[in-house]
Amino acid sequence: MTTLDLPERQGESVGAGKGSVKRAKSRRGGSQGSRVAPILFLTPFMILFAIFFLLPIGYAIYQSLFHTEVSGLGLGPNSTVTKFVGLSNFSSVLSDHSFFSGLGRVVLFGIVQVPTMLLLATVLALLLDSASTRLKRFFRLSFFLPYGVPGVIAAILWSFLYLPGLSPIVSVLKSVGFGNVNFLGIHSVLWSIANIITWEYTGYNMLIIYAGLQAIPQSLFEAARIDGASELMVALRIKLPLIFSSIVLTAVFSIIGTLQLFSEPQVLRAVTTNISSSFTPNLLAYTKAFVENDPNMAAAVAVILALGTFILSFGFLKIVQRRAFSEVEL
Amino acid sequence: MTLVDVDKPLKKRGATGAEKLSSRTSIISMAFLFVMATYFLVPVYWLVISSTKGPSTLYGSQGFWFSHFQFFSNLSGLFGYSNGIFVRWILNTVLYAGVGATVATFIASMAGYALSKYNFAGKEAVFSVILGGVLVPGTALALPLYLLMSKVHLTDTYWSVLIPAFVSPFGVFLSRVYAGASIPDELIDAGRIDGASEFKIFRTIGLKIMSPALVTIFLFQFVAIWNNFFLPLVMLSNQNLYPVTLGLYSWDNQYGQAPQLIAYVVIGALISVIPLIIAFLSLQRFWQTGLTSGSVKA
Repeated sequence: MTTLDLPERQGESVGAGKGSVKRAKSRRGGSQGSRVAPILFLTPFMILFAIFFLLPIGYAIYQSLFHTEVSGLGLGPNSTVTKFVGLSNFSSVLSDHSFFSGLGRVVLFGIVQVPTMLLLATVLALLLDSASTRLKRFFRLSFFLPYGVPGVIAAILWSFLYLPGLSPIVSVLKSVGFGNVNFLGIHSVLWSIANIITWEYTGYNMLIIYAGLQAIPQSLFEAARIDGASELMVALRIKLPLIFSSIVLTAVFSIIGTLQLFSEPQVLRAVTTNISSSFTPNLLAYTKAFVENDPNMAAAVAVILALGTFILSFGFLKIVQRRAFSEVEL
Repeated sequence: MTLVDVDKPLKKRGATGAEKLSSRTSIISMAFLFVMATYFLVPVYWLVISSTKGPSTLYGSQGFWFSHFQFFSNLSGLFGYSNGIFVRWILNTVLYAGVGATVATFIASMAGYALSKYNFAGKEAVFSVILGGVLVPGTALALPLYLLMSKVHLTDTYWSVLIPAFVSPFGVFLSRVYAGASIPDELIDAGRIDGASEFKIFRTIGLKIMSPALVTIFLFQFVAIWNNFFLPLVMLSNQNLYPVTLGLYSWDNQYGQAPQLIAYVVIGALISVIPLIIAFLSLQRFWQTGLTSGSVKA
């Protein structure tokens, strides 16, 4: 916040003394000779955006309305027939058991993992903010470090840490008396994936929230402290409401990320058979496209997923915004 | 005077009470911070230790401590394996992420600058569409993009991974917000009076003032490309074009057949992550700039 406010104020002070005459002049100047310029500035981005965002979305929707059938032996150029089938791809995805079990898995994952991670991130940010320790920098760096590890590599790394025989964690747990802990079991593997995601992104989310905390003026806490409020009270009553928008932002990005879950389960498939080819909706789309060679069905899954993500993150934003505003009015 | 005198003892009493309480809570919170730091650091520690081991000692020894140090033979094995393909993967990654993020930053900042500093019909509509792009999941785009690219025979080329990386809707959003807040209109007008072209004004004034935001956009896009697994997985089948993440993933799926690969996956993961982590931690300041300005709008 401060980084943004500061230059704005400087900008204002430059023109402040001169009054409205200059402002009117500058407005005229602004529209002068600038009819074409903004279009030219926007063109490169808009062309690329159209090709790599709008066109694929349109093409996915188009593809999802067709069905390609292989006739005969599937050899030769005329062996496949593509015909318009309307929404039947969607109805077959929506009546597909594996789609729903994958979706249910991802939703369950999101309900548990996202709040856990954000709670952890918020607590860590608040602790770091109020800590007067010299170790602050060390903590902040070590929490943020996993975000520097690419998702696939993090998943490979943790897959080793889950693998019996290779993992020191499994052997330590055994020697402490937990027996043979199976991180890759049919039920536990989902939570092992949740752990990988939590490990990777808690620090990143903490940094977003921490940045929000840094933007709060110190005078606000001073007043409360003089009134005898404890650190905990200051954190809960003053800091938490003020960083609410940062937490909402992290929640939206986490929801988008959860629904897209792909790399971590895909990587863990190398070490366990308990992750099916339809473990998450995204994995299902990948399987449909590249294993079953059915791009039409894959497109239908992708469209449903994109739509669902959009509605969910947008809806969440709206609900939370309304609540936030009603709180402000109180 | 009296106010101060009354205040002082009160403040002191409050402070000692709070201190007593906070000394207990601060021990607990310090302990918690240390536990969490351990959680975040242990996997990396394991990676460092394991990079010094061979395939047999990886399985046979205590995972949290050294055993039969062979870091350098692992290293030469890694760089020599399959005609030094690992080096190629690193260079590919640098190409994809470096070139991709540079171009994306330039294009996005130009668009954000235009959306912030000019008025034209349909401006807000354009901006909303771009903003919607931030919420579209990248993996949902990758499949149809693959189908489209295969129509024009561009799959399995450098372009298929590089060009999609040029688009950063988040970059447009960030540079619009930043340009609006930091570039005074008066400065642009002064440039016009001096007879500079609109592009020259953008290049000399706009880009200069926006440079902190540009670094942030570059970093975000760089990491997004480096982290992107789905797009190269879908697009590429030629090993020579792989980024390092996809390369290590392919080794990770082969060590059942070639046991020495597991040691290369471990040390390869470490080598590919080190420069990124150093860049990350040293540029932390810019992360916070981007993150705060992101949360302002939300």
